[in-house]
Formats: sequence, C-alpha cells, structure tokens
Amino acid sequence: MHVPQELRYTKSHEWVKSSGPAVGGTGGEVVVGITAHAQEELRDVVYVELPAVGKAVKQGEAAAVVESVKAAFDIYAPVSGTVTRVNAALGQSPQLVNKDCYAEGWFFALKPTNPGELNGLMTSDQYTQLIQAGAH
Amino acid sequence: MTLKKTALHPEHVRLSAKMTDFHTWDMPLYYTSILEEHQAVRTAAGIFDISHMGQVLVTGSGALATLNELVVSDLTQLGEGRACYTMMLNPAGGIVDDIIIYRLGADEYVVIINCGTREKDVQWLLDHQQPKTSIRHVSDGRAIVAVQGPKAAEVLEPIVQTSLTGLGRFSLARLTGFGSLAWVARTGYTGSDGFEFFLEDPHAVRLWSKVLQAPGVLPAGLGARDTLRLEAGLRLYGSDMDDATSPYEADLGWTVAIHKPSFIGKAVLVEQKQRGVAKKLVGLELPEGPVPRHGCPIMAGEQQVGAITSGTFSLMLNRPIGMGYVESGLAKPGTPLTVVIRNKPYPAAVVKMPFWRLQDARPAGAALHQES
Repeated sequence: MHVPQELRYTKSHEWVKSSGPAVGGTGGEVVVGITAHAQEELRDVVYVELPAVGKAVKQGEAAAVVESVKAAFDIYAPVSGTVTRVNAALGQSPQLVNKDCYAEGWFFALKPTNPGELNGLMTSDQYTQLIQAGAH
Repeated sequence: MTLKKTALHPEHVRLSAKMTDFHTWDMPLYYTSILEEHQAVRTAAGIFDISHMGQVLVTGSGALATLNELVVSDLTQLGEGRACYTMMLNPAGGIVDDIIIYRLGADEYVVIINCGTREKDVQWLLDHQQPKTSIRHVSDGRAIVAVQGPKAAEVLEPIVQTSLTGLGRFSLARLTGFGSLAWVARTGYTGSDGFEFFLEDPHAVRLWSKVLQAPGVLPAGLGARDTLRLEAGLRLYGSDMDDATSPYEADLGWTVAIHKPSFIGKAVLVEQKQRGVAKKLVGLELPEGPVPRHGCPIMAGEQQVGAITSGTFSLMLNRPIGMGYVESGLAKPGTPLTVVIRNKPYPAAVVKMPFWRLQDARPAGAALHQES
C-alpha cells in the first residue's frame, strides 16, 4: 500500500500535506485527502461533498463526505482551520479519488488556526503500522 | 455466529472477493469493483452465485391448486416449461414474498424464494398445503448460478450444449448431464438478457469454472446485483416492500389476476382496486448530487410525503436514482419532488421505471423535465 513519506496522517485515514507544489499549495496552508488504504476500502467513489470555502472547521470535525456505491463516509478535518480551497474537479469526476488519491484526488485545503496540531499527526511509518495492525 | 456458505464459497475466496454477511450467508459483495462488474453485465456478461435463494419443490396432482391459492397470478395459465414472477400475500393483502415459480412438468413446480424469508416462506407453503401435494425444501445441496449480459447466450451455448438463443424470456429447458432436477431458464434480476441455472452443488461448481474461462465474463457480486436490479426497476423484498405493503402499493398490480375465483388476500385487493391506495412506490431520478439511501425523506415543498426505500448511483444514466413510497397523488411521472440527504434538499423527479431498459437507449439527461 502506497504511503508517501512526506505526508502526515490521521487515524481516520486522511493525509495532510503541509506545502504542496504538486497541487498548487501556497505557504501557510495544508492540503487534505484520503489515503490509498481508504480509497481501496471504499472502491467505486461516486460522489464527494466538499465544504464551502471560508468555512471554519475544528480538528476531528466532519468536513466533507465521500460516497461509494454502497455507503457514505465522513471525512474529518485533520487540524482546525479555515477552508481556503476545494477540489472542484471532484464534482464532475469523483473517481479521481480512486485513480489518484494523493494528487488529483485531493479534497480541500485549510489555513490552520493552531499549527501546533500538525505535530500530533502520524508519520508515514506510524500510519503504515496502523493499517497493518488493522489488516488482520 | 458461523455464516452459512454456498458450494461456490471456495471459488469466491480463491478470487479474493470482498465478502459480506447477507441474511446470515457469507456472500461475495464484489470481486474487483461494483461498477466494473455492473458494466460487464451491461456490455458483456457477469456470473453470479445466488445459491442463497431458496428452492422449494411442489409436486403432485394438488400442486396447482395449492400454489394457485397462495399467489396473485393465475397459474392455470402457466404452461409447462414456463416461469412466472408473482407474489404470495397474507390475508391483509400484504406481501409475504415475491417469488418466481417455474413449471417443470405437468404436476411439478419449483418456487424460488428470497434468502431472508426462507423459513417464513417454507412454513407458509406448508401451512397452506392442500391434499395430494408434496412440498419439499430442496435448497440443501443445490445451487443457483446466474449468467447475465448480452453475451450470455453465446458464452453458455457451447458449455451446456443446449440451444439458448431460441429459449424465450421466462422459459426454461431441462439440462441433461448436469445431475438431477437440473434446468436453465431465461430469467434474471439485472434487466439485461441472461440465464439462471438450477443445479446440484457439484454441477454448479463445474459450470462456474467453465463459464469463467470464457473471455469477457467477470464474476459479479451482490453489490452489482443490487445496482443492476435498481436500474432495472426491480423491487427488493424487505427494502421496497414487506408484509405490510400490497402489490398495488408496490406498483406491481400487473401481477394480480384479480378475477381469479380465490386467492389469499383477494378481498383486500378487490377493495384497494376499487378505492385506490393511499401510497405508491415510485422511481425517482436526481439530475445530480449525492446518493439517496434507505430512509431519506421525500418532500413535496415543505411537507414530507414519503421516504426512500432503496437507492444507488446509476452507472448507465450517470446520476443518482432511488425508489420510495409517496402519496398516490404524487406518483405521476414528471412530478417534481425533493429528497433530503444529510439534511439538505435535492431536486428529484418521479420517473417511470425501469430507469434503464435494454431496448431504450435514451441519452442520459433526456428524461428529466423538471427544474427546481
């Protein structure tokens, strides 16, 4: 399972990128998506509901929804902050979440209100251990 | 609790299927992807293990009388080698189960019952057994394999060495060389062309392996079975109807032979036919947005007029679809309604089911007239 080294992770299977030229991120903003493990479990993503730009979210709060054919799942804000951008391409092409979860399939960007929260997120090694522990 | 397994269970495990607990059976939900398997059935062929469905053999000179009292259709019109979609009702006109009856011989019928209602149905049949009738639950040691899709006939003919292209819809043919009580019928639960095989376990396993070797055939799980049946407008017992809904409410009045001298539930249906019913099952299409799921409220303006019973994302129409009960006055195709999903209203329109049909290649987007 692909778990990029440079990202940080949550227990609820979101990834967080602190600065992301690959997705056009600018300073002071973090980009959020779901991991390869999460999209693999969901399969068949058919709809993504994104937060409004400017919305304030708290760490651990549901900020988006992803729907597979079978069910809908909440996507949680990895850190508190204000939504600065959302991936509008997911409106027409929700399957980008399955095809390219770490780049084209990103969900939203946040300006953190408490950057210290970033330090509490998991490293790629910690996250790899988490999904391996849950795999059997 | 240990889940029950079909004879094909080892095949599902070998194919690394994602398994699910379906009414206490350990069944494949999907093998690779629900949408891929759905697509395979619409464009080529998919093979399904549906051995969790029950098979009840009803024989004897009293078999016709027994069954005809139990169902809404007129079985005196069902010829040998033919099958019929029908339903059993309780005295209040509620649906005990929707079933397919296959007439294999003069006095030989097999009733295919839903997985979740096996015990209830078998008991119901036994409770209404008439003289000179034998009723045997023969599911143990037997399997059902469905091969569905436009390429099904061409894939199957060399394997079963029976002419299938000439077999009419809802017709069946006995199979030789496939064990006892073996037959194939041109029936299915997908809306695409296809066949269902009723066989003893070892023969089902043999058939499964041979069919999967054919190019273009994918194994398909219960996930695709659900999205396919929804697109085809086929109801699911337990979700879209139950003991408290009548065939008229479920908009399945076409199955009812109301002039038949007698059948369980007739009095209530005669009254419903005269007076009309208060609620009706309708198909709803959303031009875009999230997937309507079981329990989502259906609104007309500010007022709730019903709820979604099942819904999905339609691959063929590229939009969300659902079924649900609404007040009868709002059941007309074209009626604009809204569906509330996660506390937000989304515009929807009542459409005639099936949502998708083999014969009508209507372009996605052409069916919605409403703006709101």
